[in-house]
Amino acid sequence: MDFYRAHVLVCGGTGCVSSGSLTIEEMFNQALKERSLDKEVKVVRTGCFGLCEAGPICIVYPEGTFYSRIEQKDVERIVDEHLLKGRIVKDLLFVDKSADVTDILTSINDVTFYKKQRRVVLQNCGVINPEVIDDYIAFDGYQALGKALTQMKPEDVINEIKKSGLRGRGGGGFPTGLKWEFTRKSKGDIKYVACNADEGDPGAFMDRSVLEGDPHSIIEAMAIAAYAIGAEKGYVYIRAEYPIAVKRLGIAIAQAKEMGLLGERIFDTDFNFDMEIRLGAGAFVCGEETALIASIEGERGMPRPKPPFPAEKGIFGKPTVINNVETYASVAQIILKGADWFTSFGTEKSPGTKVFALGGKINNTGLVEIPMGTTLREVIYDIGGGIPNGRAFKAVQTGGPSGGCLTVDHLDTPIDFDTLTALGSMMGSGGMIVVDDTNCMVDFARFFLDFTVDESCGKCVPCREGTKRMLEILERITSGAGTMADLEQLEELAYTIKDSSLCGLGQTAPNPVLSTLKYFKDEYLAHVVDKKCPAGMCQDLLSIVILDEGCIGCTACKRVCPVDAISGEVKQQHVIDQAICIKCGACIPKCPKKVIVKQ
Amino acid sequence: MTKNYLTEENFAKLHEVIESHKDMQGPLMPILHEAQHIFGAIPLEVQKTISEKMKVPLAEIYGVVTFYSQFTLEPKGDYLISLCLGTACYVRGAQQLIDKVVELTGVGVGKTSLDGKYSLEATRCIGACGLAPVLTVNEDVYGRLVVADIPGIIQKYNG
Amino acid sequence: MKSLAELSKLRDEAIKKVDIRKERVGTRIVVGMATCGIAAGARPVLTALMDEAQKRGLSDVTITQTGCIGVCRLEPLIEVYKEGEEKVTYVELTEEKARRIIAEHIVNGNIVKEFTIGAVE
Repeated sequence: MDFYRAHVLVCGGTGCVSSGSLTIEEMFNQALKERSLDKEVKVVRTGCFGLCEAGPICIVYPEGTFYSRIEQKDVERIVDEHLLKGRIVKDLLFVDKSADVTDILTSINDVTFYKKQRRVVLQNCGVINPEVIDDYIAFDGYQALGKALTQMKPEDVINEIKKSGLRGRGGGGFPTGLKWEFTRKSKGDIKYVACNADEGDPGAFMDRSVLEGDPHSIIEAMAIAAYAIGAEKGYVYIRAEYPIAVKRLGIAIAQAKEMGLLGERIFDTDFNFDMEIRLGAGAFVCGEETALIASIEGERGMPRPKPPFPAEKGIFGKPTVINNVETYASVAQIILKGADWFTSFGTEKSPGTKVFALGGKINNTGLVEIPMGTTLREVIYDIGGGIPNGRAFKAVQTGGPSGGCLTVDHLDTPIDFDTLTALGSMMGSGGMIVVDDTNCMVDFARFFLDFTVDESCGKCVPCREGTKRMLEILERITSGAGTMADLEQLEELAYTIKDSSLCGLGQTAPNPVLSTLKYFKDEYLAHVVDKKCPAGMCQDLLSIVILDEGCIGCTACKRVCPVDAISGEVKQQHVIDQAICIKCGACIPKCPKKVIVKQ
Repeated sequence: MTKNYLTEENFAKLHEVIESHKDMQGPLMPILHEAQHIFGAIPLEVQKTISEKMKVPLAEIYGVVTFYSQFTLEPKGDYLISLCLGTACYVRGAQQLIDKVVELTGVGVGKTSLDGKYSLEATRCIGACGLAPVLTVNEDVYGRLVVADIPGIIQKYNG
Repeated sequence: MKSLAELSKLRDEAIKKVDIRKERVGTRIVVGMATCGIAAGARPVLTALMDEAQKRGLSDVTITQTGCIGVCRLEPLIEVYKEGEEKVTYVELTEEKARRIIAEHIVNGNIVKEFTIGAVE
């Protein structure tokens, strides 16, 4: 066994890899070698730490020193100063925007972003090396599987999960234990377990992070589920856009097979289990479980009517349990620590924690895991560090293209499955996109409709044709051609599509429109009646004007205008001819008095 | 496109792939992934081969290929520029970036330039929301972009 | 994998490799590694401490370094923090002394009085 006095953890999640963390890792190894420290200090590539905004991230243990936004030139300093001499390189430390004081935070445990979180699903992400099974085992990995197989009957496993109140984290919130029970009771000698890792909601990336940072937790949980329902084969359906996740899960499966944690007679019991990765190919609808089944079977990924539910007729017509990545990530811990431990956080109806992907106009973008029931305010201001550039918070969108918006009025709402649904949004997979006062809500709704129109599989008419018509109406409104009748029709269409679509995609597609109509009706009206976009985002509704007061007639704007739309004599008020202006905005930064504005 | 990618060598590889998936249940998607990888596209000629070897109607295979956005009937350009239009990127101004790329390369979204050099696509979330807005050129990732960064990036590949 | 016992054994082995990243318990040895310490020979002391700890399989011991502790003339110098004990400062160390400290203080719990700052001063 090698003994190291310090570990340098370098984040190898997609976010940090994209900002160059692999080069940083390489340079650490190089620098340590040059100084003959490579036998004392170990460099470990981990999964996502969650605070992607600050990437590339590295953490030096045992101190837990949290360095952020490391550049190549910083590596030598960290090695020379910190690892050799034990002096923390203060200017590279993470600056905590949420903290009241400007104290320099030396340890990861002091960062507000992490302090308010409760990491269950993400407990190993950023701590273990996902490509080394020993690391997972060291943190109690596969203990739960061993316990289930040797000390519990399948019914006990199901009862424990039922007791924990675990609900599907993929968006539906269906009780996981019940799903398992139905599948166990379904008739059939062959059954399957499947993992839905086709994480398609734009702005949500928790499943990717779990697969990249802690792939064994999914393997273990699927094996437990298989034991509970009586299956011997599992499928993980991952979207092909996640190459790192696919690779790491592949490595993990191979390692588990080698150690006999997958295969035949696991833990010397009669239980056999093997699993396979199947890749998606860029179809959002495949995140819908019946479409996912069709895709695994080699067909177009189109949803099928339910019932029959997958619990009765799933993959290749056999009873199948399909759970989402994040749901599985809680399973092993529930088995190991008990249902009571799990229900000790969260709310009564939604126990446990939930991972959210914070994005958009927020200071600390990244992954946060919080107990259910935490308020939006805590998430956005305490953990997320508030809105950048001193702008005002306008809304937060949850649930992706199926969800809706929450406004300032809802900041103190505790978040769980039911409160979000009651407010006309939904949990979804946990994307949380913050928008500020410069984002137009009508355009935001249009953006989501554009997405659903693109991703609608075309099988049922309401979704295929209806969403297209809704998009056309929204395009009319954002371009200034909308009428009051359009608004009525939009709402009517929305309800019709909701009621009559075949699958979840269509049934929830109108949500972004309905919720913006509910909370931001005034913005719609401004577009339709006043032909104005209050946020200043919809190009067609904007005009660039020179204010009456303040123009000094310097001619700077006139000289830069590409279409000669600006007239005015030297030292006289200038005017923009709206008929000629192409709204390029070139004149705005040229004005020394800042009196040229978009209206 | 003048490059010949329908080589005998590639077809030989395809045959091997089909052979190795013989015992798999539901093998079509994995085979198509491999075919896309081997040829860089799944044109009709390739579909026919798969159809004959697997004894699956061509219409069915065509249906599957055209359903999924990752399978293409024609090869992409040498440099595939993908702009993320996921929500996080969108609210941070990805649309303006796309407009700039279109302006500089003359390639429309979803199109390939005539010389086969560039393809441009607007992708859904690639999961790097912390770096929004994000653009990738083949394997290179560029994050936290503003419009002014675009000319420099395109310049790199024009060389 | 045949049994839970086998898995637990594997875990106990594996824990040693990642222990440093877990909640901090046990003994912490801090080596003064500023310029003064390094010049006086703190590096061989550090390596000796690590080597000895590894040989004895002391998984609950962290060895870390710090900057200048302020008594440069007494370097190389280490501080030992054991749970439930006052901090002990050892000064003017050599590799041999370091190994003795591990054996007597860390393992057997007897402070090596003759090397402590009190004895030397």
